Amino acid sequence: MGLLDQEFTEGNIVIAKTEDLFNWARLSSLWQVGFGLACCAIEMMATSASHYDFDRFGVIPRPSPRQSDVIIISGTVTLKMAIRVKRLYEQMPDPKYVISMGSCANCGGPYWEHGYHVLKGVDRVIPVDVYVPGCPPRPEALLEGLLKLQEKIRNESIVKKSA
Amino acid sequence: MKTAEELFNLLKEKFDDSIIELKSDKPVDPIITVNPLEVDKVCLFLREEKDLQFDSLMNLSGVDDANGEKIKDEKGLETIKGGTLSVYYHLESTSLKHKLTLKVSTSREKPEIVTVTESWKSADWHEREAYDMYGIIFINHPDLRRILMPYDWEFGYPLRKDYKNPEFYQGMKVPY
Amino acid sequence: MALKTEEMVLNMGPQHPSTHGVLRLELQLDGEIIINVIPHIGYLHRCFEKHAEAMTYPQVIPYTDRMDYLASMYNEFGYALTMERLMKIEIPERVEYIRVIMGELQRIASHLVALGTYGADIGAFTPFLFCFRDRERILHLFEITCGARLLYNYIWIGGVSHDLHPDFKRLTRDFIKDFKPNLKELNDLLSYNRIFIERTANVGVLPLETAINYGVTGPNLRASGMKWDLRKDDPYSVYHKFDYEIPVGSGEKGKTGDCWDRYFIRVREMEESLKIIEQAIETIPDGDVTSAIPKRVKPLEGHVYARVENPRGELGYFIISDGSLNPARVKVRAPSFVTMQVLPELCKGFMVADVVAILGSIDIVLGEIDR
Repeated sequence: MGLLDQEFTEGNIVIAKTEDLFNWARLSSLWQVGFGLACCAIEMMATSASHYDFDRFGVIPRPSPRQSDVIIISGTVTLKMAIRVKRLYEQMPDPKYVISMGSCANCGGPYWEHGYHVLKGVDRVIPVDVYVPGCPPRPEALLEGLLKLQEKIRNESIVKKSA
Repeated sequence: MKTAEELFNLLKEKFDDSIIELKSDKPVDPIITVNPLEVDKVCLFLREEKDLQFDSLMNLSGVDDANGEKIKDEKGLETIKGGTLSVYYHLESTSLKHKLTLKVSTSREKPEIVTVTESWKSADWHEREAYDMYGIIFINHPDLRRILMPYDWEFGYPLRKDYKNPEFYQGMKVPY
Repeated sequence: MALKTEEMVLNMGPQHPSTHGVLRLELQLDGEIIINVIPHIGYLHRCFEKHAEAMTYPQVIPYTDRMDYLASMYNEFGYALTMERLMKIEIPERVEYIRVIMGELQRIASHLVALGTYGADIGAFTPFLFCFRDRERILHLFEITCGARLLYNYIWIGGVSHDLHPDFKRLTRDFIKDFKPNLKELNDLLSYNRIFIERTANVGVLPLETAINYGVTGPNLRASGMKWDLRKDDPYSVYHKFDYEIPVGSGEKGKTGDCWDRYFIRVREMEESLKIIEQAIETIPDGDVTSAIPKRVKPLEGHVYARVENPRGELGYFIISDGSLNPARVKVRAPSFVTMQVLPELCKGFMVADVVAILGSIDIVLGEIDR
């Protein structure tokens, strides 16, 4: 059931469920924290730059976590950084979403075995909504991850978080 | 341009016992071994002397030689007793275009080397890194504290060959 | 008697849009004037050197990619060169040419990111989009060659993993043809922009003496007025066969070694890189690119230090071999790590807003600083 499927023939009235309206608003302007960690951040920058144009999905990098809806963990999270990542996440207002981008953020990536200073997966400190695999994921993969997140938000219920 | 042998003879003449040996039989670069407590004076001389002019420290690396006695405990974990830790200095003169590799070795239990920050400012962070990774104490260093690892890391020096990683750090599980 | 005001400590990072990664700066301020800057690094320490000790020699290459992720090709280049020097491998000429072409393309791609983000730091967003547009073209060239956009694992010890794509020459020529007017456009848009010059000229001046003592290399050293480029001064590969200039900072808009000089050196270096690529692509010899790759990499006991001119400066590898299949020690002399130390010297006496301009102009990559 889409949002605009019940429209009166004349006049400016649209009928929608609150849930649909909220979800539609949320998924269409996901502002991300302008925050890069490692190699994946370069692909994230490439995604928001000329060729891939993240803007068309309503994703705009914001310098402050307090204005953002989604945080893309783009790269290796080290133990020293994990504490800061957690703090950033806690500073974001609800509803907030997390995309874990790349193998390092998913599970430690190539550093899983000997990485004495690498956190093996950002989901050990904050909850993750979408995992994007790859080392680094192509911009297309990140876009796909975002679409998956939008799909998830679309099906969310206000009463109870579906995740 | 001076060869390693010429440099060695020059240093030997000037510093006598502080210059230990010249090793050039193994590939690729020849190495001059220096006394760890005199290395600052040697470096200052190398930098200031008119026909040497080593004005640039290209690299400074700590190394765990792992040449001590290896002891295995009941879990099969290895610890190393005795032996040495070393520091290699790669020097270069940008004007005269010659290069030199110095090496100093110090004991694993009490690793102490005099800092060369007085000669080259670039040594500062390199030495902090060597301290961070190997626990080598640089005497007279202006600001010797951890650099890459967290300041409150108390589980040892990670690049030593017998380093063991902790289970938890600040409530986060470390191993995979 | 002047009253002394209280010092203020301002924290910048690790999450800050202009620190180019996860760098934390502790700024000590007197009003808005900077008294001291204390950089805190290590937020991206990924234990490269420990990994290198646990891997076999060829397995280290993917990890070198991930250090300076804006110049992966050059990291591999440096590592392969060091290993070849240690094992005394002669490599085919075609491989050398391919490496030079890839290295110079990578230099352009890396500088484009540096300049684009620098513009964005100062407040000009359009150059960022323009630079990334051109960079995508280069990434496409890499992609048809080895299948990866960012981290390649392309240059191996003794050779390269694949030969050039049949279309590579044509696409590269097209790119060069299109890129030249774009560079002019970048100059019109950013380099000679009045606001940009006001923000960068005479800011963060790095005197030559200080630069050498702090071990600053690469474009930052050249901007301070020293003609020092390892491609000419410690020649490696086949760079001696090409005709190109080494641009040096001259203080065109302010003092020699200011932010504008450091910025503009990179623009001019891209022009020189184009020259090298143009020559190399026309004269590249035929041959097999995988013939010299050793089946088993097991060097004799020994040690070697070799260096290359990475887009950020002198990238050195110090490798100790104990005669086994794994290196006993790999130490990387990362150009950004050494350059970073000079930041407090550059910032002292300037305003808070200038920190961003200065930090952007020395072009650091945190992956390389922390390894």
